[in-house]
Amino acid sequence: MMVTELVKTENQYLTAFRSVRELSPTAPWLELVRSGAIDRFEQLDFPTVRDEEWKYTNLAPLAKEGFQPAVARADAALASIERFTYPETTGAHLVVVNGFLREDLSTRMGLDDIVAIDLFSAVADARYNKITRKYLARNANYRDNGLSALNTAFLQSGVFLWIPKGVKLETPLQISFISDTKVSNSASFPRLLVVAEENSSATLIESFVSNGDDSHFTNAIAEIVVKDGARLEHYRLQNENRKVYHIATTAAELGRASSYDATSINFGAQLARHDISVVMDHEGAECWVDGLYVAGANQHTDTHSVIDHKQPHCTSHQLYKGILDGNARAVFNGKIFVREGAQKTDAMQTNKNLLLSAQARVDTKPQLEIYADDVKCAHGAAVGQIDEEELFYLQARGLNPELGRSLLTYGFAEEVIGKIKIDSIRTQLDEVVLNHLQAKLEA
Amino acid sequence: MLEIRNLHAGIDGNEILKGINLTVRKGEVHAIMGPNGSGKSTLAKVLAGHPQYEVTAGEVLYEGKNLLEMAPDERAREGVFMAFQYPIEVPGVSNAQFLRLAYNEQRKHRGEEELDPLEFKDLLKERAKVVEMDASFMSRSVNEGFSGGEKKRNEILQMAVLEPKLAVLDETDSGLDIDALRVVAGGVNQLLTPENAVILVTHYQRLLNYIVPDYVHVLAGGRIAREGGKELALELEEKGYDWITSLDASKTGAGAPAN
Repeated sequence: MMVTELVKTENQYLTAFRSVRELSPTAPWLELVRSGAIDRFEQLDFPTVRDEEWKYTNLAPLAKEGFQPAVARADAALASIERFTYPETTGAHLVVVNGFLREDLSTRMGLDDIVAIDLFSAVADARYNKITRKYLARNANYRDNGLSALNTAFLQSGVFLWIPKGVKLETPLQISFISDTKVSNSASFPRLLVVAEENSSATLIESFVSNGDDSHFTNAIAEIVVKDGARLEHYRLQNENRKVYHIATTAAELGRASSYDATSINFGAQLARHDISVVMDHEGAECWVDGLYVAGANQHTDTHSVIDHKQPHCTSHQLYKGILDGNARAVFNGKIFVREGAQKTDAMQTNKNLLLSAQARVDTKPQLEIYADDVKCAHGAAVGQIDEEELFYLQARGLNPELGRSLLTYGFAEEVIGKIKIDSIRTQLDEVVLNHLQAKLEA
Repeated sequence: MLEIRNLHAGIDGNEILKGINLTVRKGEVHAIMGPNGSGKSTLAKVLAGHPQYEVTAGEVLYEGKNLLEMAPDERAREGVFMAFQYPIEVPGVSNAQFLRLAYNEQRKHRGEEELDPLEFKDLLKERAKVVEMDASFMSRSVNEGFSGGEKKRNEILQMAVLEPKLAVLDETDSGLDIDALRVVAGGVNQLLTPENAVILVTHYQRLLNYIVPDYVHVLAGGRIAREGGKELALELEEKGYDWITSLDASKTGAGAPAN
């Protein structure tokens, strides 16, 4: 029985891949990449808990489910896109549904200076062929990662974002990746390639949400290239419905004296896994890799990060916080490499977890590997509960215990939320962290 | 306002308070003094309802109601306030947010309308003058990175905002330099009215130079060993606590329960 099911799973992705080839022919080099990728997926399959990187996150249920890859652009109307829109973007909002960019739902106010188009079309466009070929599938390696391979094989749309040299994008650009679960039991493979040219600057919001309450498998990749002197502020917000499997990779490479400020917020999905990597192979780059995960009953959230200091004089800051309630389970694995010769590296990593129930559990593993001798590195991890003395203090000021706990939880999250520069995101997150307190905390 | 009768209390099975009797009427300032370990802070914490302290006998009536049956937050909403000896830091929550929340919880409890952020800002500005705190303290996280003196001032600011009927100040003078002591004591004096009462828990007499008590109670070994007016504090300052403890030993030598 088990065996039949497994065979069926493999077949469903392989079968769907044949449709991909038929429906979306592309440039020979990308055909090669896609077929290479499906071959790798066939060999690697979904990772299992025997894989060190997946020790605490079991994908067996996902592998068994009969998710059907979305292989064609749907044209179904989507009710009130506005509910997913952050007002600060003032109309710079691209909408991707089940992996396919929907021009009809997107608005492009204030994007005249940049290129924000369908990635698959960009490959075929003489203007962008070279650059997409250079950077696509370069930082998100599919050769030893079955899930990245699967995403790469299903590359039929996605978003290509190109910020030309010296362009400073004034308003934030939002890309919403919507899982339309009305297409029942579907799988989608959102793909984003960002190239921020020299001395450009931009703010990007990636928002992952669901339309509908049914199950879905999201397998997303964002590849990000920040060139010399460029600055990118990147918010990644994952708030999919509680039946979704959300697997994602963010892979960034930084140029000389560039700056990449990433904040990843994970609230939704039944199982969420985010791999984020930042490669600093040029001097003087600086990155922030911060995040917050909040999980309640029957949710599993897993963050794996790799910060790779390959050249001297780079700085990385990392703060990840987790709030876990019910029987939630969280995994944090943060690796920092300081390669030989990467002198004057300044690397700081902190992971703090707040457990609100006795059943919640977190496995945290900060990992520092240093091969240079003149560096400043620190890392730490903590797991704790609401402090009884703090709670008593709040009670002694008239706050009932429930309100006191909420306030302390809010305060715990604020270290991450407070640094977000977009008000509507901050407000939304405060609300999610403690909806019943929200109205009272505007002081 | 407050009636403590034969109060016995302790922590982890060790009895610290061994029969306290104390009556506080409105408009009065009481000083509780005593050497380290005499039970002064325990008394303050028991009145505030600290969960680690267990009351084993006796009763405490607050405005005729059984205080010991009330949860700590209920006591606070009913007008009992304790200024902490070691105020707790609450990272990520601004002073202004926290104070407005506490203030509004109390108003709700009294059936009054809550203040919106702007209204509260005005009130806070007014009350902050009592302890000479400037606006920058309001946007900072509660007590986080505050100096010892700033924390104590912040406690009195909370008192100024919440306007308790009964304030218990637990060693509010400890760790204060002379200027900070003057500010803190001045704040408390401004808040005194004929309608409220203050219990000052202190080791040293010097606070009482600024806040003049109506009564001084000296604790020793979990009991009130001596009571008197403000002159008792001066006598203590002169003779030291040994005087009380030796007195206590000779007085109670026969009647003290065997340990």
